Amino acid sequence: MSVLIFIDQTEGHVKKSSLEAITYGADLAKQLGTTAEGIVLGTVTEDLSALGKYGVTKIHHVANETLNHLDAQLYASVISEAAAASGANVIVFSHNQTGKAVAARVAAKLKAGLVAGACALPDTSNGFVVKKTVFSGKAFANISIQSSVKVISLNPNSYKTVATEGTASVADFAATVGQPRVKVTAVNKITGEVPLTEADIVVSGGRGLKGPENWGILLDLAKELGAATACSRPVGDAHWRPHHEHVGQTGVQVAPNLYIAIGISGAIQHLAGVNRSKVIVVINKDPEAPFFKAADYGIVGDAFEVVPQLTAAIQKLKAGA
Amino acid sequence: MKILVCVSKTPDTTAKIAFTDGNTKFDEAGVQWIINPYDEWYSLVRAIELKEANPAATIHLVTVGNADAEPIIRKALALGGDEAIRVNTDSSDAFYIAAQIAEVAKQGGYDLVFTGKETIDYNGSSIGGMIAELIDAPYISLATKFDLNGTTATVVREIEGGEETAEVALPLVVSCQKGVAEQRIPNMRGIMAARTKPLKVVEPAAVDALTTVVGFELPPAKAGVKLVAPDNVEELVRLLHEEAKAI
Repeated sequence: MSVLIFIDQTEGHVKKSSLEAITYGADLAKQLGTTAEGIVLGTVTEDLSALGKYGVTKIHHVANETLNHLDAQLYASVISEAAAASGANVIVFSHNQTGKAVAARVAAKLKAGLVAGACALPDTSNGFVVKKTVFSGKAFANISIQSSVKVISLNPNSYKTVATEGTASVADFAATVGQPRVKVTAVNKITGEVPLTEADIVVSGGRGLKGPENWGILLDLAKELGAATACSRPVGDAHWRPHHEHVGQTGVQVAPNLYIAIGISGAIQHLAGVNRSKVIVVINKDPEAPFFKAADYGIVGDAFEVVPQLTAAIQKLKAGA
Repeated sequence: MKILVCVSKTPDTTAKIAFTDGNTKFDEAGVQWIINPYDEWYSLVRAIELKEANPAATIHLVTVGNADAEPIIRKALALGGDEAIRVNTDSSDAFYIAAQIAEVAKQGGYDLVFTGKETIDYNGSSIGGMIAELIDAPYISLATKFDLNGTTATVVREIEGGEETAEVALPLVVSCQKGVAEQRIPNMRGIMAARTKPLKVVEPAAVDALTTVVGFELPPAKAGVKLVAPDNVEELVRLLHEEAKAI
């Protein structure tokens, strides 16, 4: 019996969302009175034993170059093998891009019930009930898993990473790695920017900014906060900003600690992409903008005056701290 | 070339989310039902485009649902597609639903299975991966672009902070999102034609559901927005730092 955590890496580095999954898996193992083990696929540059500080005691590493790119079928087969070897009865993923591709395959392979998009530890007082977000963040469902093996994928930014002391033992895991059927021919990453789905803070702009030439004030604020930048659908559709920045029902769904919306009215389709943010700040000159109803803090005012002042005030706070 | 497009019935994006029966059931009163937008706008439209480029291709739609899902599948047929299959059952368990679709996929021998990247009600992103596993096919999730050259697909998919391009031989399962195609509106000819397109009802395969919904909860209501005067931005920074601890 154990909890097995899939530790996702990119270019040799463990992803932040995986650190959350490790902390979650380790806390779950404690709750179940068992141990937390991890599995890492592909070659890494990091010292994996250091992940022990998030509560994982043993890491199975399949250092095979074939696994440096995602082939969901191969990943699922190797993870299932590791689950069998470690006698895992719960397998934890992050509900990030990789988790969305792989967790479902593992669940189907092992005939294990899946809760995708969990946001809290399971209630194991009577069965095994996991809380997840549904209706694009507008509600939660409590889902009972009946199968003996269970798969959970954890929403990014919904479980706090806790680092303490400890090292994990790392052992090569001799898995059968078949031929990949998915051949990755190009990787195109936006460098020098914080990935939107991993960001703690997101600064987002809408039509209220009037044109792409006015984005400088927003970029300055984002830089000061170390934030990712996003935009509303009309802005993406008008090509003021790249499409991948579009946050909303049909765009990217984010769940940062802080979401700052500048000149965005807050249509229900936009809110569906930001509902899971912990703190929402709205800056809009229209006091009737529906976004204020979903906000924690707001300023009714002209973005072109307010935003540069906000950047300056944050600079001042940082200088004082 | 045979394409299977998975279609799900979901509440309209703007529907009021409420629950009945002691918070165990979604309150359907006054809810308007739509085709899950990712299924309709991206995967179905891309399938139609592939058929327009290769008229020999056939498109089948599949939905797992009760008879009340039929208006939705007729609406999907109005956009395009040759025929539809409804598996006559309903469930909230992803594995149960995926296993039903996998059964249809196996019997139909499809080259391509398209799903939306998620449904807007359960937000699981699970069905495509499960179908792929059950029919032993490769799976590309979160596709933003899909091209076909003979029997090899070139797919661009979302990864953290960017995208990557992959080549995969058919048969293949793909989950589609924005970028794959552009939304279309059904025209009158399509709506008329949809009335007479075959809609086959099949009984479900014997599969055990692995999960059940115990109940729903609504998030605690927001305390209400705290407004700060536009000439007092430093107060907002103080609140974010000291009260919300967000910066």
